[in-house]
Amino acid sequence: MDAPLHRLLVVDDSNVIRKRIERANELPEIEFVGAARNGREALELHAALRPTLVTMDLTMPEMDGAECVAELVQRDPQIRILVISALADKLTAIDALEKGASGFLCKPFTDRQLNDALRKLIGAD
Amino acid sequence: MTLEAEVGVFVTGVLHYFGSTVQQAAQCGTPHLALGEHPEISDYTGVIQISGKRTGLVAFTAPKSMLSVMLMRMQETDMSHENLCDLVGEIANTLSGNARRDFGHLFQISVPAVVSGRGGTLDYPAHGRPIVIPIEWRNYHARLIVCLQ
Repeated sequence: MDAPLHRLLVVDDSNVIRKRIERANELPEIEFVGAARNGREALELHAALRPTLVTMDLTMPEMDGAECVAELVQRDPQIRILVISALADKLTAIDALEKGASGFLCKPFTDRQLNDALRKLIGAD
Repeated sequence: MTLEAEVGVFVTGVLHYFGSTVQQAAQCGTPHLALGEHPEISDYTGVIQISGKRTGLVAFTAPKSMLSVMLMRMQETDMSHENLCDLVGEIANTLSGNARRDFGHLFQISVPAVVSGRGGTLDYPAHGRPIVIPIEWRNYHARLIVCLQ
C-alpha cells in the first residue's frame, strides 16, 4: 500500500472537534500527523511536523486562525489550508481566502461534508 | 430585523446544528421572554459574549445526560467533565457564529466561556431582556438564551 501523500495538522480550540476531524477523515491519501489548540501551537507544530494540509478554526485564544493562516502561507506557500469555522458570513470566508486559505467549510458539518472538502483540498474530487 | 426574525435566526441555527452534528433532529418550543428573574440554567452552559454592532450574550444550557449522548452520537468515548465543557462551549460558539450569516460580520463573538453547575449565574447586560428558546432532543430538554441590545 502506498504511503499517504498528505500530512494533516488539525487546529481547533475544541478537543471534541479536533478528534472528530481526525476520526472522520476517510481518505487514504491523508495521514493525520498532529493537532493544535490555537494558532501559536500550530506554528510550533508546523516547524516540527511539516504538514502539507491544515484544517484551521478561526475563533481561538492566543492566536486566531486568520493570523495563523497568513503566517503559515508565508512560511510555506505550498501548504493547503481548509478553514473550518462557525463564522458564517461571507466577509469572513473571503478574508480567510485572501489570507491564503484554499477552502472554507462552515460548522456544523457532517462527516461527508468534511471528506468532500478534504477531497477538494487535495484535488482528488 | 424584527425580534421575531432575530429569534428565527437562532431557531434555524439550532435545528441545523442537531441535524448536522448528531444527525437526529431537535425541536424548538415556543420562545419566550424571561420576565423578572434570569432564566434557570442546567448542568453545563456555554456562553458567548457578543460585541460590535450588538452587545449581550448567547448561551446554550443543557443537562449532563444530554451532552453525554450527543458525544456518543459523535463517536466520542470520553465523557469527562472537560469534554462536556468543551462540547457545550462549541455548541454556543457554533450557534453564535452561524448567526453572522444574518447579522453580519459586525456581530462579533468571543471565545466560549463555560459555567458548570445549576447554581451559576450569567453576566447579562444591564437592561437586557433574555429570550429563552426551549430545545427538545430525544427526551432531553435544553435551552438557548439570547440576550442582545
